[in-house]
Amino acid sequence: MQHEEQSPYYGVMAQFDNPDDILAAAKAAFAAGYRKLDAYSPLPVHGLADAIGYKRTRLPWLVFCMGIIGAIAGYGLCYWVSVIDYPLNIGGRPFHSGPSFIPVTFELTILFSAMTAAFGMLIANGLPQPYHPVFNVANFARASSDLFFLCIEAEDEKFDMEETTRFLQSLNPQEVSQVEN
Amino acid sequence: MSEASKTQYKKPVDELGSGQTSYTTITDKISGVVFTKHTPIFWFVSFALGFLLLHGLMVGAPYLIYEGTGIWGLNNPVGWGWAIINFVWWIGIGHAGTLISAVLLLFRQKWRTSINRAAEAMTIFAVLCAMQFPLLHTGRPWLAAYWLLPYPNSMAMWVNFRSPLIWDVFAVSTYLTVSLVFWYVGLIPDLASFRDRAKKRFTQIAFGMLSLGWRGSAFHWERYELASLLLAGLSTPLVLSVHSVVSFDFATGIIPGWHTTIFPPYFVAGAIFAGFAMVLTLMIPLRRVYGFYDFITERHLNNMSKVMLASGLIVAYGYLMEIFIAQYSGSIWEMYMMRNRMGGPYGNFYWMLILCNIAVPQLLWFRYFRLHPIWLWFICQFINVGMWLERFIIVVTSLHRDYLPSSWDMFHPTIWDAAIYIGTIGLFTVLFFLFIRGFPMISIHEIRTLLKPGKHK
Repeated sequence: MQHEEQSPYYGVMAQFDNPDDILAAAKAAFAAGYRKLDAYSPLPVHGLADAIGYKRTRLPWLVFCMGIIGAIAGYGLCYWVSVIDYPLNIGGRPFHSGPSFIPVTFELTILFSAMTAAFGMLIANGLPQPYHPVFNVANFARASSDLFFLCIEAEDEKFDMEETTRFLQSLNPQEVSQVEN
Repeated sequence: MSEASKTQYKKPVDELGSGQTSYTTITDKISGVVFTKHTPIFWFVSFALGFLLLHGLMVGAPYLIYEGTGIWGLNNPVGWGWAIINFVWWIGIGHAGTLISAVLLLFRQKWRTSINRAAEAMTIFAVLCAMQFPLLHTGRPWLAAYWLLPYPNSMAMWVNFRSPLIWDVFAVSTYLTVSLVFWYVGLIPDLASFRDRAKKRFTQIAFGMLSLGWRGSAFHWERYELASLLLAGLSTPLVLSVHSVVSFDFATGIIPGWHTTIFPPYFVAGAIFAGFAMVLTLMIPLRRVYGFYDFITERHLNNMSKVMLASGLIVAYGYLMEIFIAQYSGSIWEMYMMRNRMGGPYGNFYWMLILCNIAVPQLLWFRYFRLHPIWLWFICQFINVGMWLERFIIVVTSLHRDYLPSSWDMFHPTIWDAAIYIGTIGLFTVLFFLFIRGFPMISIHEIRTLLKPGKHK
């Protein structure tokens, strides 16, 4: 596979100072036909991801399936140990003591599904990721405090440095800056 | 763009005090606790006290491992002494953290955001303290691996899945793991805030690593919130199951006073009761020392007091039901157990328990006591003591006089019982104060959502 020449720019970024403005800007950029874009905010902004083409994740299904697997693993472990590999008569109870196996089954269901929810989220988000070009923007350190950013990426088909910069300027941001790769 | 230099924020909602007017002030205030050169004297004093108490564990645990559990006051009828009492006490305290972070999230109680982080940290540290006791009670913790965990070993032996003690192992270790992960997931965006605020290279790198490169992307937030909701939904049944399983340790036995069906719900209510008391015990002084009046408002004190009052009344109902069922059962063993509990050699402790857990918390019916931090703090101390006494009464009064009068005996704790118990209080204090010194003790990104910036003209 041929290695593509990397563009010196990751994209263009506009800075806003409140959630309403970035939501409006994100909707305008998506309406203008930009598809490869991302918004950065210090707090979750309702509807922002949907405005820029968020695709629903299948994480809940994965969590559900892993929960089922956890339940089977839990009950299976109890059953295999108590009935097949190491049957012991304890207080005259049956080898297959169903009700006694439920707590372990339940805990493993929760364990498997909770781990899937947490690590599945991190994997879907591509984290940990120590380096990302957006960190090169001077003000971006405030994206974790009080500023909101909309970034149109160079990979976008409609991307053109001057054109896109002008477009972002028209959205009434505080500042527009180029993001170096 | 020129006139829009300052964002105008709408009046904060009533979950947030009037002092917090912008995202910046919130971030500054909470991260100021960590990024400061002036650590309050209170922090040093508390940490030093905790470190002093920790020596009880640091001396007690090695001596116990060297000499064996005989150094405790255990004897033949009372084979479960302070170890199980302290275990249940700590686990119960831990439950408030999960309740606040998970159950109140599902109920959309926004006031939880100011206390959930510290309460979750409290959960993790309390569970760590709790785990010391069953491990030390084995006497040989290094052998506990094959007694407690089902793993294929060279003796071809397996654990007994019909025993509630093995259910405990699964419940508590799952609880610790899930709480830790839930807590860490909650911390990620705030660690990113810390990374961006840090001035020194070392702290930048440390928080940079811990925040996993979080950059606040809208797509990330969407999945993040989804995962938080899923974790909350999974933690809620988990927290109920953990204390139910702990109560099965007793309820599946045939000892009079233990063999009751009311134990699981009554233990869970007791856990909420004890846990909220401990949250308030920690948060009332911290609120004053760090000036967090905008985050932990009177509304928070009021709500937490109401939760304590309600769960305390459920606990009181549990006590009354125990008395009623003991009589109603017609079993002489049950009836004798209850008479012995109230008027026997440990009767004083029973009435102290009633005073601490039922009588004193009735003050919370009055708004004055719910909002007065000092009164409230002292009421919480009664509850902390009362919940310990509750477990003492359950464990000791039921065991010390069992079916055969010839095997009756008294239980007297030794100095090593006390040393190890106090040592875990020290461990908890040390861990908690290290946490508030190095990590955001209030969830910054969730507090930000309480503020609604208005459109500027």
